Amino acid sequence: MIGRSLERLEDRPLLLGRGRFAADVSFGGQLAMRVVRSAHAHAKLLNIDVNAARALPGVHAVWTAADTRGIPPIDVRLTLRAGLKPYRQSVLASAEVRYVGEPIAAVFAEDAYVAEDAAELVRVEVEDLPVVLDAAAQPSEFAPGLTTAATSVRKGYGDIDAAFAAAHAVVALELAIGRHSAVPIETRGAIARYDVVRDMLELYGAAKVPHWNRDQIARMLGRDPSSVQLYEGHVGGGFGVRGELYPEDVLVCAAALRLRRPVKWIEDRREHLIAANHSREQLHRVRAAIARDGRILALDDEFFHDQGAYIRTHGATVPDLAAAMLGGPYRVPAYRVEGHLRLTNKTPAGTYRAPGRFETTFVRERLLDAIACRIGIDRIEVRRRNLIACTEMPYPRALETLGTPVVLDSGDYAGLLDAALAHIGWQALAARLTARRAAGEMVGAGVAMFVEKSGLGPFEDVEITVDLDGEVEVVTGAASLGQGIETAIAQICGATLGVDYRTVRVIHGQTDRIARGLGAFASRATVMTGEATRLAAEKLRAMALQAAAALMQQPLATLDLADGLIVSTAQPGPSMKLGALAGALRAGGPSLGCPEGLCARASFHTDHMTYPYGVHIAVARVDPETGEVVLERFLLAYDVGRAVNPRLVEGQLAGGFAQGLGGALLEEFCYDPRGEPVTVTLADYLMPTAREVPMLEIVLTQDAPSPLNPLGLKGAGEGGANAVGAAIAAAIDEAIGRPGAVTRLPVTPQRLKAILAAIAHESQAAVKEPSC
Amino acid sequence: MTDRLALSLTINGRDYPIWVEPRRTLADAIRDDCGQTGTHVGCEHGVCGACTVIVDGEPVRSCLMFAVQAAGRSIRTVEGLAQGGVLHPLQRAFMAHHGLQCGFCTPGFLMLIVGVLEREPDIELDPLLDVLASNLCRCTGYQNIIKAVRAAAAEMRSTRS
Repeated sequence: MIGRSLERLEDRPLLLGRGRFAADVSFGGQLAMRVVRSAHAHAKLLNIDVNAARALPGVHAVWTAADTRGIPPIDVRLTLRAGLKPYRQSVLASAEVRYVGEPIAAVFAEDAYVAEDAAELVRVEVEDLPVVLDAAAQPSEFAPGLTTAATSVRKGYGDIDAAFAAAHAVVALELAIGRHSAVPIETRGAIARYDVVRDMLELYGAAKVPHWNRDQIARMLGRDPSSVQLYEGHVGGGFGVRGELYPEDVLVCAAALRLRRPVKWIEDRREHLIAANHSREQLHRVRAAIARDGRILALDDEFFHDQGAYIRTHGATVPDLAAAMLGGPYRVPAYRVEGHLRLTNKTPAGTYRAPGRFETTFVRERLLDAIACRIGIDRIEVRRRNLIACTEMPYPRALETLGTPVVLDSGDYAGLLDAALAHIGWQALAARLTARRAAGEMVGAGVAMFVEKSGLGPFEDVEITVDLDGEVEVVTGAASLGQGIETAIAQICGATLGVDYRTVRVIHGQTDRIARGLGAFASRATVMTGEATRLAAEKLRAMALQAAAALMQQPLATLDLADGLIVSTAQPGPSMKLGALAGALRAGGPSLGCPEGLCARASFHTDHMTYPYGVHIAVARVDPETGEVVLERFLLAYDVGRAVNPRLVEGQLAGGFAQGLGGALLEEFCYDPRGEPVTVTLADYLMPTAREVPMLEIVLTQDAPSPLNPLGLKGAGEGGANAVGAAIAAAIDEAIGRPGAVTRLPVTPQRLKAILAAIAHESQAAVKEPSC
Repeated sequence: MTDRLALSLTINGRDYPIWVEPRRTLADAIRDDCGQTGTHVGCEHGVCGACTVIVDGEPVRSCLMFAVQAAGRSIRTVEGLAQGGVLHPLQRAFMAHHGLQCGFCTPGFLMLIVGVLEREPDIELDPLLDVLASNLCRCTGYQNIIKAVRAAAAEMRSTRS
């Protein structure tokens, strides 16, 4: 059952139109909330006139910051560093607004249409202030005594100066990654209601980290955590963005408490594009000290991370991961990274699938290509010379990230590179591309390698109970973002316990069902909840067999549990259904310390992450007339340690790839010089369609199971996106015959046309050798 | 705010008398006034296609149509695809080929594709890609959706002949 591409348990209700997404949740008497947002990137709030809005029939209340004064700013969940607290966001702006889209007021009305009408009647008077749009510029004032330089992340080891002094050569690049975000097809939503009878505040539309959000909402609203419950329904894609605690989540809760009516907020798409977390935007100045043979002696990187207007729940997570993961699969004897987290007047930023890795893989793999060019060796060869060997595993990096030491747990990086090259037929492919270029086509291939991280601890709990009809319920503090976690957990439970996975019901994201849980992020759910499930199911199986031995009066050694049935291996022998056993135990059979009859609990603790890895190969054709890049082929090789359901793993890789493709070629949040966002519809923020995504070739390997959990699990969520930008950039370089030409993602048609025009201009002046 | 109109929507063969403002979108009316929440709203400006339903045989964006424009016309939504608990071939194919992850865009894709395959059962891959490119999915990378559509089209052709 583990390792088989079984059909998903999640699919049927979703296909029938019986999903329960946030917008599908409604309660009698509910009010609709509409948020009035700043139209100014940076301004002093002089006056907010809500009288006309309040007077509109159907409007119940209009709140400004004066109504939410007692609510503290939203706290940092991950990677809280000293000095970040003053940069946190309040639920409604009071004295100043710092980005277009910042909540200023909230309207509560009988109907969403009326709420929108009323929101348009709120008059906001402001005095514009200077805007900051460049994170690499000199820091300026954020508030009295505070600058826009919120913090810097510094990581490193080894004698960097000695390495550079002794280097054969130094390769230096300046590289930039655009501002992207996940943009799931379901916008955000939150529905709160207060049950006065039980003194219980309930929030629906929860996702990702319901327990942490529950505790925060309780703290912010001055309630006991046991009087706040969060309920996750269906979730229309997360990818890092959804489920973090946002101002709107807190506003609906506060309003439900104060107005004594259920309050529903469903984000519209324009709001989503300017209010939900952005990500990615970084500028790197990287240098490598190299030996004569192309081996890396040292890496030195300084980068600027555009955090947008406030520090949100992710704190310094993205720059921290970027600073820790830049080395990828290569040996780096000396290492120094300094990442500056800077505030600007853009939408605040958080994580997005492969945070800090999509960016640094682009930087590192651009650098490897530049080293190959400088030394005059093949780009595959330069990678081989620098790869960490499997005999060196586990490989400690002398770095920490997310509170864990970076120890690459297992991997055969060179082996996966070989497999990827063999699968795509690298030699023959290169020959064909050379011939096509000779015939005048602009076509090329690019290779990029990476190490991912997954399975972030420190814990996850699972409770398994057998119902009287033999159905098995697994309760976990993990969450579903649509990735198929119910099926994966059911497969692990079914295989370990000895029941059909279709009889396993997986409950997640419900704070009233389990005391604690860390949720779904950092590709952790299958690893953490999976192993906790295996532990609990093993315990439950042993308990069931022991109890059955007593009830059936059979020697324990002769009993087996398979397909939900306890059978005697003695022929012919008695059998007993698992549900019947649960019934007998609940009725007062041998007590197993479980009032439900048959249940078990287990926790999985770990202080280390697991490190999957991969190779991406892109084949791209450039149309010099339009600047369009057409992906002819894309190969994605990935070692997941152990695939619980290979088809679901491949699904994760394919989806991540499409998002990586968007980030490489299409997607970017842009601002005009006044800080006005110009990417406010899906016609501006261009996500790949079925036309742009080529048939993906996937090589899924399980050569390096993690030694950190018995199943060998590693995460699958982010490796699809990780190196897409890097591989496509390299393919474009080769297609246009200019190593190192791509220095910025996304490579939009306009940017590529500019690169081609610059090359044409140069070649008119003088025929030059490629420089690198 | 404007005066409400009394009208009737016919969804999956059933009449829903509703009383709505002229500005109310068909998507909102289907979901909130008729309670058929299988149709999803993803962008409200006609790009993502999550709200696609079939009106008089044509796939349409229900966020770009007013409810009043659909009065008296035949509306089909995802809730009408399965018959007596038996999945439509396209629904089965989506399951078999892992053509959905979060499932939010899925009803829109199903109605888009059903609408096209009913008119053009022999549609070739290239024009099919043009059709599929009119909706957005952020989870799957589309390849499994394409596989599912081709499998379902083949099955629908074989049962027709």
